[in-house]
Amino acid sequence: MFNFSIERSDTSVDDKVLYDFIALGAGPAGLNAALYASRKGLKTAIIGHEIGGQLKNTADVDNYLGFGFIEAEALIDKFVSHVKTQNIPMITGLWVESITKHDVFSIKLSNGQQFNSKTLLYAFGGSPRKLNVLGEKEFSSKGVSYCVTCDAPFFKGKEVVVAGGGNSAVDAAIDLARTSSKVTIIHRSQFRADQSSIDKLLRFPNVTVLLESQILEMNGKTNLESLTVLDKKNNRTYEFKTDGIFIEIGSIPNTKLLEGLIELSDTKEIIVDANQHTSLSGLFAAGDATINPHKQVIIAAAEGAKAALEAAIYINKKGE
Amino acid sequence: MEKLFNKEVSEQIKSILDGMIDPITIKLFVDGDCDTCKETKQLLKETSELSDKITLITTELNDAGDDLVTYNIEMTPSFVFLDKDLNYRGVKFNGIPAGHEINSFISAIMEMSGVSFQLSDEVLSRIAKIEKPVDIKVFVTLSCPHCPGAVQTAHRIAMLNSHVKGQMIEAQTFHDLSSKFNVSGVPKIIINDKLELLGNQPIEEFLKKIETL
Repeated sequence: MFNFSIERSDTSVDDKVLYDFIALGAGPAGLNAALYASRKGLKTAIIGHEIGGQLKNTADVDNYLGFGFIEAEALIDKFVSHVKTQNIPMITGLWVESITKHDVFSIKLSNGQQFNSKTLLYAFGGSPRKLNVLGEKEFSSKGVSYCVTCDAPFFKGKEVVVAGGGNSAVDAAIDLARTSSKVTIIHRSQFRADQSSIDKLLRFPNVTVLLESQILEMNGKTNLESLTVLDKKNNRTYEFKTDGIFIEIGSIPNTKLLEGLIELSDTKEIIVDANQHTSLSGLFAAGDATINPHKQVIIAAAEGAKAALEAAIYINKKGE
Repeated sequence: MEKLFNKEVSEQIKSILDGMIDPITIKLFVDGDCDTCKETKQLLKETSELSDKITLITTELNDAGDDLVTYNIEMTPSFVFLDKDLNYRGVKFNGIPAGHEINSFISAIMEMSGVSFQLSDEVLSRIAKIEKPVDIKVFVTLSCPHCPGAVQTAHRIAMLNSHVKGQMIEAQTFHDLSSKFNVSGVPKIIINDKLELLGNQPIEEFLKKIETL
């Protein structure tokens, strides 16, 4: 009847120790990087905010090799159990306040603790991108949501809209279609999602898709009641009544901590080379915070592995 | 009633509770067969059986007497934590702490028993300066992975300052209260019934709001 998703982080990360490799981020990139680094013999730690990272905002995953269809939470548990076999210390539930580099990297946490490491992986992913339309902020948490797993229960038996046309939007719509009475995907251009996911979505009788349609405004009194939508095919604007909207249009990179420290793109994504090196030697980056356009769990994990292997080479070259 | 914790979950929780320092008491208030009362009772019973440092006292609302005022019990199921000296330090849950919320529940047990969570000196000093009564309501759903963090923050501030009370509210069980505060996204944090915070915010953001009261 009830599930219990127990998270257990280990606070035994020792602030007196100089680490070889610290993974900043406890999502797929950070966890896999820590696993690889530890197996290479590097003294490794993980510092993250939430175990699982953005994967926590997803209900199911069905494109991670070897797992078929799996609940995101179960996949996170598998990742964490695997990492724990290496006894890697992990701190979660805290925010990183600053990253500096002198001889080594220093990371200061929101609780005042400071950790030092010869190399770093930055894998803090992204935060949900907003539509930036009138009414969005006003109705945030009053009908406007950015987390399907968190907020779907409020829309049981109700009519909802999903904004977006990528995999995350289609997955969110599939998840909502199981409990909401009607789900409408509204997207300003064409689908970018995998065809297999689109096919799955369209099998739900309560799902409607409005492509080439742009949401211009969110309206209501106290709670969201309707959207103003532009039908781009005939340049017609109309009112679309809904109980709620889930915004699934990708993420904005969590890279504020790196501004002025390394090179970022115009969109504030971390510029990395093919081996996950950033513009600052010893600092690697992986996952959704980087310029890699394919924001996928398996890609983030693989980039984490590459970064850890490169960190091992970097440390060896320095003869330390 | 069938057990809520399977063997694996029991073992996981027990291994965490083995780290408790001082004994604690949990006072649960139920009202007959109210929504999730039976399950909450069961969950707390199974938890208390995993550590001899946890005492569980279950009271029917009709028999609660002064406790209703002492702990400001306004809905059921509702439970509060008392420390080793039986002091109420503002840590309350309304509704069952299942799903992801098991984490804020375990963390409340551990921290009430004396396991400390490190905060910076600046944050500690800001918490110490709170002099007005502060009520922090954190609305959650059991499927929300970001919610336990917000609940833990509210409880931590409460434990450190007697003017502050922190309470988890399971939004679906307490639908009317959720509607009153227009909750359709979680975690949603309501301070003194008037200030709002959305999402699992750092403790500094909670303090910024509290300091405007």
